[in-house]
Amino acid sequence: MAGAPQTLFDKVWRSHEVSPESADRPAVLYVDLHLIHEVTSPQAFAVLRERGLNVRRPERTLATMDHSTPTLTAQVFGGAPIALDAARRQVRELEANCAAFGVELLGLTHSDRGIVHIIGPELGLTQPGKTIVCGDSHTSTHGALGALAFGIGTTEVGHVLATQCLLQRKPRTLAVNLSGELRAGVTAKDLILAVIGRLGVSGGTGHVIEYRGDTIRALDMDERMTVCNMSIEAGARAGMIAPDETTYRYLEGRPRAPRGEAWERALEAWRALPTDALARFDREVELDAAAVEPMITYGTNPGMAIPIGGAIPQRSGDAAFTQALAYMGLAPGEPIRDQPVNVVFLGSCTNARLSDLRSAARLLRGRRIAPGLRMLVVPGSQQVKRQAEAEGLDRVFLEAGAEWRESGCSMCLGMNGDVVGRGEYAVSTSNRNFEGRQGSGARTLLASPLTAAACAVRGRVTDPRELM
Amino acid sequence: MPLEPFTVLTSRTVVLPGANIDTDQIIPARFLTTTTRAGLGRHLFADWRYRPDGTARSDFVLNRPEAHGCRILVAGRNFGCGSSREHAPWALADYGFRAVISTELADIFSSNCLKNGLLPVTVDEPTSAWLIEHPGAQVTLDVHACTLTLPHGAAVPFPLEAFARHCLLRGLDELDYLLERRNEIETFERRA
Repeated sequence: MAGAPQTLFDKVWRSHEVSPESADRPAVLYVDLHLIHEVTSPQAFAVLRERGLNVRRPERTLATMDHSTPTLTAQVFGGAPIALDAARRQVRELEANCAAFGVELLGLTHSDRGIVHIIGPELGLTQPGKTIVCGDSHTSTHGALGALAFGIGTTEVGHVLATQCLLQRKPRTLAVNLSGELRAGVTAKDLILAVIGRLGVSGGTGHVIEYRGDTIRALDMDERMTVCNMSIEAGARAGMIAPDETTYRYLEGRPRAPRGEAWERALEAWRALPTDALARFDREVELDAAAVEPMITYGTNPGMAIPIGGAIPQRSGDAAFTQALAYMGLAPGEPIRDQPVNVVFLGSCTNARLSDLRSAARLLRGRRIAPGLRMLVVPGSQQVKRQAEAEGLDRVFLEAGAEWRESGCSMCLGMNGDVVGRGEYAVSTSNRNFEGRQGSGARTLLASPLTAAACAVRGRVTDPRELM
Repeated sequence: MPLEPFTVLTSRTVVLPGANIDTDQIIPARFLTTTTRAGLGRHLFADWRYRPDGTARSDFVLNRPEAHGCRILVAGRNFGCGSSREHAPWALADYGFRAVISTELADIFSSNCLKNGLLPVTVDEPTSAWLIEHPGAQVTLDVHACTLTLPHGAAVPFPLEAFARHCLLRGLDELDYLLERRNEIETFERRA
C-alpha cells in the first residue's frame, strides 16, 4: 500500500476501523477474536438478556474457564465438588450462558481447556494481524504473534458480544528496542522485568508497545509471549512483536490455524505486517539485553525489581516505598539473596508454557525442594500438561517434592483456593506482586521459572546460575 | 442501560496519597467470584479497611467519620493500575464515589470508570499536591466545562474525551451508539 510508512500497530489498527476516530467520536474498532472467561463475563451476558440482544458473531467468540476454577484433579475430573461455592456458581453460569447464546466453551473437563492466554496461541486462534480482546489485562500476551490484543472491562465485553466492536481512541506507539544476546541463566522473564524497571509501572500508559531488535528476533514464541504478557505491568494496554519465520513455524499445523491455500494467503498478508523501515514511533526506548541479570522483585509492584545479586534500594521520604517494604517485611539496603522462601509457584499466563516447565525441570531433575517449602506446579493448559507428562516432567516435579496440578490461573491471584498464607514469602513466576495478590498478607517475589526452581531447591532466594 | 446524567458534582474529598494503588487493593480477587455488579462497595479496599478478623481498622481513612458522605476520591499517581476488573469501579461507585482524581489513571480503569458514571479526572502535579495536602476540601467538578474548582476559587481544567463527556452529560450508554452503527459494521464485515 502506498502512503506514509506505518508501524505494525498502525497497520492492524487501520485494517480494523469500521469508522476512524474524529474530534468528537472515537473509532469503531472491529474485533476478530473475543475470548471470554467465567469471572468477567456474567454481568455482560446479563446486559444482553436485559436488553434482548444476541451475541452478534458467536463464531468469533471462544469461552473457557481458568480464574476461579480449582486445580485439584479430584475437583476437576474426579467428581468431587468445586470447594468454593461462588466459583462453582461462576462455572455453571458460564456453561449456561454459552449454551444459551451459542458460544463455544472449552469447559472444565475439556481436553483443550487452559488459561485463556495460553490456549489462544496454542490452538492457533491467535494469529498475526488480528484484533483480539478479552476481559483480562494480560490479553497483551497475544501480541507476541503480531496481533493487536488488549484487555477490556466487562461493559466492553458486553459491547463486543453485542456488536463485535469497541469504541476506542487510537493509542500512541512506543518502541522498546532490545539488542544483545541474553546471558546464560537469563530468561525472557528477566528481560521484561528489566524493561518494566526501566519504563516504570506507568511508563507505557496510553501506548501500545512494539518490542523490537535482535534480542526479540532470537526469542522463541513462548518467550515472546512472556515479554508481551507483562506489557500491562508497565501500563501499556498492548505489546506487539512483528511476525517472522519463528511465528509462522509456531502456527503452521495448529488445529485452528489456516490450512492449505488459506495458509498461503494468510502468510502473504502476514509478511506485509512488520513496521515499515521509515515508520515513526511516538516514543522509543533502548535497553542492552546483554547486560540483564536474573531479576527478582522485592516490593509490591512489578517495577520494584532488582538483579538477584543486588541490594534492595534505599529511598528515604517515599511513603509508598516505605509502606511496600513494611508489607514485604524487607529492609532497604539489604541483599535479597538468601531471603527465606515458604512457597514457590510455577504457573500463570506469564510462565506456564511447556518451555517454562522444561526450564524449571532441568534444574530440579535429581534434586529435592527444601524441607518445609511448598512448591506448586500448575501447567498453563491441559495440552501443556499432557505434553509435560509425555516428557516425564511431572515425574521430575513430583520426585522433587512439588505438587502437580490441573491447569488454571491458580495461585497467581488467590481466588480459586490456591493461596499463599499471610506473611509467607512466595517466589512466583506470575506477573503481579501487589499486596494480597496471592492471598491476604501474602508476600510475592516475581522471578523466572529457572530462578523459582533454584529458590525451591535452596529454600532461599538463589541465583539460578549457582545450580546450573 | 441509561445512566444518571453527570453535570456538576460538589463534594468533600477523601485522600489516599500513595502512588500505584492497584485494582487488587481496590477490590481483592477473592471478591470477584460474584456474578452480579451489585453490593461490591462493602469490599472496597477490603484489606486496608478491615483486619483479618473482619473488624474495621479505625486508622484507615474510609473508616473515619469525616469520610462519610464524600463522593470524590483523591489518589496518588497511577491509581487503578493492574487488572481490567470492572469490579473496581463498581465497588467505588457502589460505595458512593462519583469521581476519582489523580495525576495519572491507568488506561483500562479509566475506561471502566466512564462506563459506570464514575468521573476519572487527571490534574497537574501542583493541583494534586494541594488536594493531597487538604483532605476533606470541598471541590466542584463541572463536566460541561471540564473544570475542577478548588475552595479558593481557582478553576483547573482537566481532559475528558469528547464522546465520553457527551455520554456523561446526557446519561447515554455507549452500547446504544454502537448498536446504531449496525449498517457500518455489516458493510465492514462484507468488505473484510
